[in-house]
Amino acid sequence: MFGLSRGDAVLWLFVLLLVLAAPILLNPFPESSALAQFNAGYPDLMQRFLIFGIFAVGFNILFGLTGYLSFGHAAFLGAGSYAGVWMLKLLTINVLPAIIISTLVAGLFSLLIGYISLRRSGIYFSILTLAFAQMSFALAASVLTPITGGETGLQTALNDPRIFDAANTTGNIPAPSLFGMTMGDSHQVAVGDWLWTFNVGYYLCAFVMMIAFYIAIRIFRSPFGMMLKAIKSNNERLSYTGINPRPYTLAAFVISGMYAGLAGGLMVAMDPLAGAERMQWTASGEVVLMTILGGVGTLIGPVFGAGLIKYFENIFSKINESLLQTWFSFLPDGVSDFVVTVIYPFVGKGWHLTLGLVFMLVVIFLPGGLVGGINGLYKRIFNKSNQAN
Amino acid sequence: MAAALEVRGVNKRFGGLQALDDVNLTVEEGRIHAIIGPNGAGKSTLLNCFVGRLKPDSGTVMFHGQSLLGILPYQVNQAGVSRVFQTPEIFGDLTVLENVMIPALAHRDGIFEMNAMKPLRRETDIRKEAVDVLEDIGLQDKLDMTASSMSRGDKRRLEMAMGLVQKPKLLLLDEPTAGMSRADTNNTIEVLKHISDTRSITMIIIEHDMHVVFTLADRISVLAQGHVIVEDEPENIKGNIKVQEAYLGGAH
Repeated sequence: MFGLSRGDAVLWLFVLLLVLAAPILLNPFPESSALAQFNAGYPDLMQRFLIFGIFAVGFNILFGLTGYLSFGHAAFLGAGSYAGVWMLKLLTINVLPAIIISTLVAGLFSLLIGYISLRRSGIYFSILTLAFAQMSFALAASVLTPITGGETGLQTALNDPRIFDAANTTGNIPAPSLFGMTMGDSHQVAVGDWLWTFNVGYYLCAFVMMIAFYIAIRIFRSPFGMMLKAIKSNNERLSYTGINPRPYTLAAFVISGMYAGLAGGLMVAMDPLAGAERMQWTASGEVVLMTILGGVGTLIGPVFGAGLIKYFENIFSKINESLLQTWFSFLPDGVSDFVVTVIYPFVGKGWHLTLGLVFMLVVIFLPGGLVGGINGLYKRIFNKSNQAN
Repeated sequence: MAAALEVRGVNKRFGGLQALDDVNLTVEEGRIHAIIGPNGAGKSTLLNCFVGRLKPDSGTVMFHGQSLLGILPYQVNQAGVSRVFQTPEIFGDLTVLENVMIPALAHRDGIFEMNAMKPLRRETDIRKEAVDVLEDIGLQDKLDMTASSMSRGDKRRLEMAMGLVQKPKLLLLDEPTAGMSRADTNNTIEVLKHISDTRSITMIIIEHDMHVVFTLADRISVLAQGHVIVEDEPENIKGNIKVQEAYLGGAH
């Protein structure tokens, strides 16, 4: 189907199904139950799942296939975001040009940084990308304030030119839209005690993400993708085989930079705001974590990794002490206090601690990430049943 | 017969060590030329000068009229020179078939091809070329095996397949039987004989094992302390006093 093998087509359709049904699947708990806290089916978070999924899928094309570990990919996400907001300000509040230009600007930016950084490999390459990203962050926060809005960030304003749009007479800053469909619009469906929110912006993200995922599968299964794997496996051997590895790594770098820019463009399409912190090294590190957590070099792993980290960031961080106390109030007084004291450091502001522990467990016990682990388990069960036969 | 490779006056110095000292060598087309010599004689250094890894201090290396000096390894390969390494250099994470498809693609498409949207499984011609060579070399049952999990002997054969699939004009073999059992060595000799009989590929073999050298080579150069002391037919090398001196330590 569309140039995909049967297995890949099934995988793509499976992801499509998950993404389409996410507003329902991610809200498994009734609204009035105590567990409603763990529902993730609200537009803002679901958009993040997909946007960071795109970011991680693209990052995996570089890191997963070639093994070149970039510590500066947030710079491309940030560059894409700024480009996107500027398009929303200058051209039109329609998000389509913003998303396209974001991708192209990030592509050009990554061509420049990749060209220089790829003169080195290994840790030196990582350090170079990190240095470039931190430089971009520092510039965006200070010298480039006229372009980036400095520390306050860049956002749309009432008096923006928007040369393609009709004069704005509403007196409100227009909200980003796609040919009249406002990104923030949602359709809510209540079934019993469950509430499902179907959001326009989310489904735009879903559409873009499924295309991005499709392209990633095609790259993985192409001769080009095989060359990238060969670079990771034995770079030196490849050059004795008559291949110049440099343009291959640069192409992979630019493609992953464009994925990052696309993610940045979608971010501002959902919320027309871009700040320098989007380029900071912690943001670059986050996509590395997502990829490793989900499974480096696997197709779907980075999407799961992105989802898991964003879930932790948004759900675990909301659990506070009083909430814990209500949950454990059924226990005797002393015991409940003790349980709350033990659990508290791992939730709320301590969500990083839980994430760190999960990350350590995955790296130690599942070196192939979550998807690698599931594959291993599947193979073990499959082999066992084979032996039984 | 025409010369495939002409080496003239090659010198290479590493600090105080004269690794190659005015090396002259002519390898004729379609022949198997062996380079032998004691450890440290400069055999690997010489080979590295052919493939763009090292640049000699002086001298020329001409391959079918084209200089191999000052160009990069992948350019040397594209000129028609394939190399089989001393310790097997393969793409360990990839399958056996993929390991051979990569050089086949490099041979067809050149040093870079942006074919990111073309499914690999539609490259049926490349696949067939790779499978044919693997059959020829006896690895047809291991196509989907991960290359790193093969035995050392099989890895070596895989590397030969990687070289052969490019239909090279010159195949460089760096100690193809090093560390092999007698059975594996004999097997490799058979494979190389078969290659030489069925395809007109010029080969340069660097080798320690005299049995291999005298079974395969059409011509032998003996290298000692960076200098070619003798170049002759195998029968004449056997009884040569200079060679015995070089190997028994008389030349020190």
